[in-house]
Amino acid sequence: MAPNGTNSPHPDDDAEVSLTGETTLQQGDTSGLRTFESAFFDALKKSGYDEGQVFAIRLAVEEAIANGFRHGNEGDPGKTVKVVHEITESDLAISIEDEGTGFDPESVPDPTEDANLEIPSGRGLMLMRAYMTEVNVIPPGNRIEMRFQRDA
Amino acid sequence: MNPESAGLRVSDQNGITRVEFIEQNILDEANIQQIGEALGEVIDAQDDPRLLISFRDVAHLSSAALGALITVSNRVKSKNGELHLSDIDPKILEIFKITRLDRLFEIHDTTAEGLAAFS
Repeated sequence: MAPNGTNSPHPDDDAEVSLTGETTLQQGDTSGLRTFESAFFDALKKSGYDEGQVFAIRLAVEEAIANGFRHGNEGDPGKTVKVVHEITESDLAISIEDEGTGFDPESVPDPTEDANLEIPSGRGLMLMRAYMTEVNVIPPGNRIEMRFQRDA
Repeated sequence: MNPESAGLRVSDQNGITRVEFIEQNILDEANIQQIGEALGEVIDAQDDPRLLISFRDVAHLSSAALGALITVSNRVKSKNGELHLSDIDPKILEIFKITRLDRLFEIHDTTAEGLAAFS
């Protein structure tokens, strides 16, 4: 939020995120991320999504963006994560793309196996799959497309 | 790392270290790292670490936060200490169940039950 409410450094500040949009998030810009997210979650609520549905979507979107910054962009402050979303009353489609070289989702070990329970990483993708209706990792793996169906 | 600047409230109750989160959301990667460091220092300072982490006001957390908790659990185990979790919102508890971390952690409904569970 800009201090005086005008001349915002982020073009999306103070504006309602529309039901469709494209947002570029800069590595390390926490306030830019929070600005996008709060407007995005507001747009979901205004479209009739209930608290539990917003919780599920929020969890998956947080994980996908965090993965993009941490694993995809490897923390490089010069890189960005691009989010494209489309909200309708019946479903949400969202794509999250980083500037990394991608990954093979098959190579992520199952974190719920007994032998892997104590490994502190590798749960992001499984949480996205658990909370969204559809999750596709697009080769080479630097873009994730997710869909949440309200009636599912 | 000062626990409070990491967003933690840490207190001692009859030899049990009680930990609470000041913020509702445990999502920010830098903050999660600070939480991990602060709790690591708490554990390192004790011969027999006994920790009760309450999630009373926590509304959102990420897999990175789960990762930090697993690291805390591993450190407590390596010192033969005890870790219990309590007051987890049903929606957050679901995340522990999906990831099967409800098998790794000892989870209690209330702080009182958590305190009573220490051996």
